[in-house]
Amino acid sequence: MSNIVITGLGATTPLGGDVASTWKALVAGTSGVTRIEEEWADGLPCQIAARAAVDPTTKVDRIRARRLDRASMMALIAAEEAWLDAGFSLAEGTDVDPDRLSVVMGTGMGGLHSLINSWDTQKGKGYRRVSPFTIPMLMANAPAANVGLLLHAKGGVHTPVSACASSNEAISNGLDILRLGRADVVVVGGTEAVIHAFPLAAFGQMQALSRRNDEPERASRPWDVDRDGFVMGEGAAVLVMETLEHAQARGARIYGRLAGAGVSADGHDMVQPDPTGEGQAKAMVKAVRDAGLQPSDIIHVNCHATSTPQGDTTEAHSMRAALGDHTAAIATGTKSMTGHLLGGAGALETMATLLALYNRVVPPTINLDNPEPDLGIDIAANTARALPAGDLAALNNSFGFGGHNVAVAVTNEFATH
Amino acid sequence: MATSEEILSTLAELVYDVADVPVEDVQLDKSFVDDLDIDSLAMVEIIVGIEEKFGVTVPDDEAKNLKTVGDAVTYIEQAKA
Repeated sequence: MSNIVITGLGATTPLGGDVASTWKALVAGTSGVTRIEEEWADGLPCQIAARAAVDPTTKVDRIRARRLDRASMMALIAAEEAWLDAGFSLAEGTDVDPDRLSVVMGTGMGGLHSLINSWDTQKGKGYRRVSPFTIPMLMANAPAANVGLLLHAKGGVHTPVSACASSNEAISNGLDILRLGRADVVVVGGTEAVIHAFPLAAFGQMQALSRRNDEPERASRPWDVDRDGFVMGEGAAVLVMETLEHAQARGARIYGRLAGAGVSADGHDMVQPDPTGEGQAKAMVKAVRDAGLQPSDIIHVNCHATSTPQGDTTEAHSMRAALGDHTAAIATGTKSMTGHLLGGAGALETMATLLALYNRVVPPTINLDNPEPDLGIDIAANTARALPAGDLAALNNSFGFGGHNVAVAVTNEFATH
Repeated sequence: MATSEEILSTLAELVYDVADVPVEDVQLDKSFVDDLDIDSLAMVEIIVGIEEKFGVTVPDDEAKNLKTVGDAVTYIEQAKA
C-alpha cells in the first residue's frame, strides 16, 4: 500500500487569509472571535463569532461573487493556495492527469446563506426574482464542484456531509481513494460559512453557543471550568494529498505523511456525545492502527474541543481510553482561537496538526485559566509548547452531530524543508 | 416613451451588471449566446432584469426568441407601445 503524503496547504480562516498568517496567529495564541455589531444580531443570545479575517468577497470578481455562496468562495480561495503551494499550475493537465485527480470537500451545511437569501427574495418579491444560480449556490456539493472546476479534476468529485466531522471525513475518503489507486492526487478539505442570524438562533436554541458576548476573545475556552458553549467560526482549509511516489517523482516539498484515519459512530444520541467516550476512542484507536503506529507514538492531539461543557470532558476521557491513562501526548484545542468552523474544522485542524509536527511546536489552548480538574491529559495551556527532535506522530479529532467520529493520524515522515 | 437608443443603453448596463460584458459590446446585431458568451442561467437573469427595468412581461416562450440584442430591443419597444 502506498504511503500518502501532503504537499500543499491552503486556508482562509478567522486568523488570516492564508496558511502563513493563520499559523503565525495560532502559535501566538491570537483570538479570532469578535462581537457581531450588525443589527441583525440584536436580541440573539449569542452575538459573537469568528469571522473570516479576509472577506472572501474581496478576493473574487464581481460576477463570480454573485454566483457563488460564501462557502464556495472560501473553498476556492483555500484550494487555489493549496494547489499553487504544491507547486502545480492552474492550467488544465499541466502537472496532473485530470483523470487521476480527485476532489473531496466536506461541509456541514453547504450554501445556507444562499438558501436563506433566495427564500427571502421569493417571499418578498415573488418567484421570478429568485436567481437561476440559486441551486448551484446552495447545494452541499457546490464547494467540491467549484474546486473540481478550478483544478480541472475529472477523477471524481465528492462531498461527505457529517456535520462537524465532514472535513476529517473528506481527508479519510481522500486517503482511501489514493490507497485504492484510483487517483494520483486528491485535493481534500472543508468549508463553512453560516454566520447568520438563523443558524445562530438555531444553535442557540440547542444551548450549544457561548453567551460571553461582553468578552468575545475569551468566549471559546476549551476545558476551562467557565466554558459555556462553542463560538461559531467560518472559513475553509484545503490539503493536497498524493502518493509518495508521485510526490517524489516530481521533487515536491513534503509536509509529512497522512498516515491513517479512523471512523466510528457513537450509536448513542443525535447531538450528545456518548459520555463514556467509547465511540470517540474507537476512532482514535483505529486511526493509530491504520497508521501502523502504537498509542505511545502519539505525541500530540489536536482535539475537537469545542468549549462545550460535556464535549470537552468526554474527549479527555476518550483520549485516555485510546492512548492510555498516562499518555504523554500534548493536547490542544485550537478552536479557542479560530472558533468552530463546523464542516471546515477537521481540515483546518488537521493542517494545524501537520504544521505542529513540521515546525515542532504545538499551538496553545487559550483562555484556559482554570482547567477542569481531573481531566488527566497534558494540555498546551495558554502558550505554545515545543515538540522534541526526531520522529513525531499526532492525531486530529473531529466529532459531529449525528454521532460521527473521525480521527486522522499524521506523522513527520518524508517531510522536506 | 423611451427611444431605441435609450432602451439599448439601459439594456447594455443590465448585461454588464449580470455578465460583465463591456457596455460598448452590446450592439443590436450581437447574439447573446454566440457573441456575448452569455450562458442560459445568466440569460434568465437578463430576462428578469428586462421585466424589472422596463416594466414589461416576458413569458418564457417569448424569452427563447430573444436571440440578439436587437430582438430584445424590438420586443421591449413593442411591449411598451
